[in-house]
Amino acid sequence: MKLLETEVLIIGGGVTGAGIMRDLALRGIHCLLIDKHDLCAGASGGNHGLLHSGARYVSNDQQAAVECRQESDILKRLAPQCIENTGALFVAVEGDEEEFVDRFPALCEQAAISCTSITPSEARKIEPHLTDKLLGTYILPDATIDPFRLALGHVAHARMLNNSSYHSHTELLSFRISNGVITSAICRHQRSEEMVEIRPLQVVNAGGAWAMDIAKLAGCDDVNLLYSKGTLLVSHDRITDRVIHRLRPPGDGDILVPGGTVSILGTTSVRVDNLDHLHPTVEEVNRNIREGAAMLPSLAHARYIRAFSRVRPLLQPGSESDDRSVTRGYALNNHASSLTNFCTITGGKLTTFRLMAEKTADLVANRLGNTTPCSTREQPLADDRGSRWTEPGAAPRYWFKENKADDLILCECEMVPQSAIDEILGADPDSGKEMTLEAIALRSRAGKGPCQGSFCSIRIASYLYDRGHYNDKTGLRHMCEFLNERFKGQRSVIWGTQMAQMELAEALHCGLLGLDHEYDKQKAPL
Amino acid sequence: MTQDIRCIETDLAVIGSGLAGVAASIFAHNRHIKTAQTGNTGALAYTTGYLDLLGNLRDNEDPLVSNPWEAIRKLQEQDSEHPYSRIMEQDIRSAFKEFISFISVCGIDYSMPEEMNLDALTPAGTLKKTMSMPATMRAGVEAFTRKAPCVIIDFKGLKGFSGKQIVANLKTRWPQLRCERITFPDLDQGEVYPEVLARALEVPAHRSQLAAMVKAVAGDAKFIGMPAILGIHRPDLVMRSLQELIGIPLFEIPTMPPSVPGIRLRELVEQAFPEKGITVIPQQKVLSIDWSDKRAQLHLNDSYGLLTIDSRAVILATGRFISGGLEACMDNIMEPLIGIPVTQPKSREQWYRQRYLDKQGHDIHRAGIEVDASYRPLGPDGKPMYENLFAAGIIIAHQDWIRERCGAGIAISTAFKAVESAAQFLSQQ
Repeated sequence: MKLLETEVLIIGGGVTGAGIMRDLALRGIHCLLIDKHDLCAGASGGNHGLLHSGARYVSNDQQAAVECRQESDILKRLAPQCIENTGALFVAVEGDEEEFVDRFPALCEQAAISCTSITPSEARKIEPHLTDKLLGTYILPDATIDPFRLALGHVAHARMLNNSSYHSHTELLSFRISNGVITSAICRHQRSEEMVEIRPLQVVNAGGAWAMDIAKLAGCDDVNLLYSKGTLLVSHDRITDRVIHRLRPPGDGDILVPGGTVSILGTTSVRVDNLDHLHPTVEEVNRNIREGAAMLPSLAHARYIRAFSRVRPLLQPGSESDDRSVTRGYALNNHASSLTNFCTITGGKLTTFRLMAEKTADLVANRLGNTTPCSTREQPLADDRGSRWTEPGAAPRYWFKENKADDLILCECEMVPQSAIDEILGADPDSGKEMTLEAIALRSRAGKGPCQGSFCSIRIASYLYDRGHYNDKTGLRHMCEFLNERFKGQRSVIWGTQMAQMELAEALHCGLLGLDHEYDKQKAPL
Repeated sequence: MTQDIRCIETDLAVIGSGLAGVAASIFAHNRHIKTAQTGNTGALAYTTGYLDLLGNLRDNEDPLVSNPWEAIRKLQEQDSEHPYSRIMEQDIRSAFKEFISFISVCGIDYSMPEEMNLDALTPAGTLKKTMSMPATMRAGVEAFTRKAPCVIIDFKGLKGFSGKQIVANLKTRWPQLRCERITFPDLDQGEVYPEVLARALEVPAHRSQLAAMVKAVAGDAKFIGMPAILGIHRPDLVMRSLQELIGIPLFEIPTMPPSVPGIRLRELVEQAFPEKGITVIPQQKVLSIDWSDKRAQLHLNDSYGLLTIDSRAVILATGRFISGGLEACMDNIMEPLIGIPVTQPKSREQWYRQRYLDKQGHDIHRAGIEVDASYRPLGPDGKPMYENLFAAGIIIAHQDWIRERCGAGIAISTAFKAVESAAQFLSQQ
C-alpha cells in the first residue's frame, strides 16, 4: 500500500474543499485534497454558475443575503479571472404577486444590496427577449462565476504555495481511529485500483452531498442532510447579457444565467433519497422550459444542447414541503464529542464558499496550534496557465495570439487547440499521467459546444495516442466513458437540430468505429 | 410582375440524393425510365465508402455478423417487420450487384459482394464488418487477414487520423503492423485536409514526390496503408499509379467525415448521371408537392428561381434526421414534406435508453414510415397515401441502420423494390 503523509487531509474536491486547501496553504499548512471523482463533480459543478448579489434571499434569509453581498464583493476583487460582471434583472410577470414586487426594494435595502427600479420598457430595451407582460423590473449586481476555473485555480495556488497536492479518483474506504484520533485514511485509486494510506494530523470532511456518508465512516452520526435534486438546461446560444431572476418566491425554471457563450436555465427541485444514478428527465426539462418561457418567451423555441442534474445538500431540519425553504446556510461540525481531529463542513452555496473555507480553516489551524490568520480576504487568487482553458471564448483568443500554424484546433466547436491539451497535461504532473478525456473536458471547453464532444473526443484521443499518452486500448475505453458521460446530459434535450447531430454522432461512433462493441467487450471480465 | 416557373416533365421523380436516392435513379435508368433526381445529399457526404449489408445482429450471442446472408435469414425469422424480412434474398443480391456495377463503370471500382462480410479497418484502429468496399481499400482486408508486415502512413497536420492509434489498438492481433508520419509534399505547415490531399494526388508530380517519401520509410512492408486521399475523380487510377511508383500494394483507411469516399460518390452522381441522361437538380430541397390527376408537381426554388418537376411517379428517399427526411419536435417525430404518419415510441422519454453505447440500441432509430408490399407509404387509414408515391431507404420503419450496420443494404435493396413497383405502375398507365 502506498503511504502518503500530510498535515491536513481534505475529502471532497468541490469549491469548498479547494477553498479550504488554499486557505490552509496560505497559512503554511500542508494539505492533501482527495475526490472520488474529480474537481466539482458534485453540486459545485452542477449549478447556474451564479455569483449571488444576495437579492435572491432577501425575503426569506436576510443573513444569507448579507453574506452573499459581502462574499461576492470579495470574489469580484480577488478572483476576477473567474467572474463575468454581468449584473442582473429581477423581473415579475403578469400573474406574479404584486405585493412581493413592491416590497422587494426595501428588503434589498435592509441587506444593503443596491437595487434600482427600471420600467418594463427600459428592461426590454436592454434585454429584448423579455416578455411584454412585465409587472416590475429591478437591476441588481449579480454576476456569473466559473466554478471549474475557481476550483482549479485554488488547487494550483495551493500547490504553488507549499506543494499541497490534489489526488483525483481517490475514494475513501475507511478510517483508522485510535483514542478519539483519526490516524489514517485508507483510500483506493479508482483507476489504478491501487490502495493508498494517508496519514494526516487533521481531517476535513468537505464531501458536499456525500458528507453524511463520510462522517459515518468516522463513526459520526451527527451530520444530517436532505438531498434536493436540481435539473438545469444549457442553451446553444447566449440568450441574455444579464442574469435574469423571476421576482417571486423561488420556484422552477426561474433563473437564466449567461455562461460565456451559452445560457443556463434552471432549476427544478425534487427531494431524493439516493445520490447515485441521477439524470435529467424529459419532464424536468419540459417544466424548466415552460416556466422559463413566462419570463423569456423565446426559451420555448431555443435550441438546447445539454441538461444536467446535481444534488444540493441541505441542512436538516426543515419544512417537508419545499426544499427551497430549508436553510441554504452552512454548518461547521467539530465532532468534538467523539473525535479530536475531524470536522465536517456542509450546506452553503457557491457564493459563500470562501467564508465556509475560512471558518473551517480557522478551526483546523487552531487545532494544529497554527496562529497565522486567514488571508483569503486580501490575497488575490493566483492565475495559472493550467486552469485558464475553462473560460468560454478564451481558447480562440490564446490560439490566435500565439499564431502557431501547427497548433491544430482539436475541438472545433469551442476552438480548443493541441496546446491546451499540452498545458492541461503539464499543469499537474501527478494527475497528468491519469488524465482521461473526461478530465481534459473538465479542465477546458472541449466537448461543451453543440456537438458535445462527438468529434473532438476522437481528435483528442488521436492526439493523445500521438503524444504517447495512450499505448493500448485505454484511449478507446476513455472515449466510450466520455461519450456515455456526455450523453447523460444530452438524452433529455434531443429534438430539432440536436437530433440530427446525435444521429450523425452515433453513426460515427457506432456505425463506423464500433465503439458499442468496444464498450461491450471492455465491460466483460478479461 | 409574374415570374417564369421552369418546368421539368419526367416519368419518375426521385427525392433525396443519398444512397437510396442514387440507387433508385440508377435502377430506374437501367429500366429505361425517364428520371429526375433532386433533394439534399444528406448523409452521402458522410459515408466512409464502405457499403454495409448487415454487420450486427441484436440479441445474438455474438452480435458481430460474419455471414450476412445467413444473418438476414435469421433476422427474417426473428423480426417479421424488418425491411429485410419483406425482400427476397435474391433481390438483395441483384440490387447490390446492379448498383455496384453501375458505380464501378462510372469510375469508382467496388468489390463485388461475397458470401462473407469483410473485416474493414477504421481510423480508430477497430474493425468493422462490411459487405463491399472501394477497390482502393480492398488490400487492407488482405493485409489484416494475413497479418502481413504493414506500415500505416499518417500525415503531419491531418487531425483525427493517428497511425500510432491504429497500431496501438491492433498490435496484439497484428504484431507486424507499424506506422510512420510524413509531411505531405509542399504542405509542411498547419492543418491539412483529406479533400485537399486527394485533389493534389490527381497531379502526377505530387504522386512521384509522395511515392519517394513513402518508399524511404517502407522498409520490409508488404502493404502500405494510408488515409483515404487517393484522388477524387479517378481513385483507381491514382492508386494504381502510386502503387507502381512505390512498388508495394496500397490501401486506404476512411478518415473522419466528411471524408473523401463520400465526396467521390457525390461528385460521381453530379457528373455521371447527367451524362447518362438522368436529370439531376442537386442540393435542392423540395418545398412542397401538389398531387393532381395521377401526376405530382414538386415545387423547388433553386438559384435560378422557381422550378417545378412534373412527374408521373415519385420515390421518396429523403432519409432520416441528418438529411431532413424526418424531423424531431419536442413531443413527436414527423415526416415534414408530405405528412406521412411516422411509427414511433410513445414519448420522448422512450426515444433513447439511459446509456449511449447500450448494445440494445435506441428505439428512436426504429421509428419511420410504413409501406405496403409495393413500397407505397401508408396514410393514417393504413392505406397507401397516393398510388404513385413510393418510398425507399432508411426512412422506412422497423430497422436500426446505425446499430445493425445495414444502412447501405436497406437503401439499395428497398430502392430496388420501390423502382420495381414504380416501373410496374408506370407501365400500367
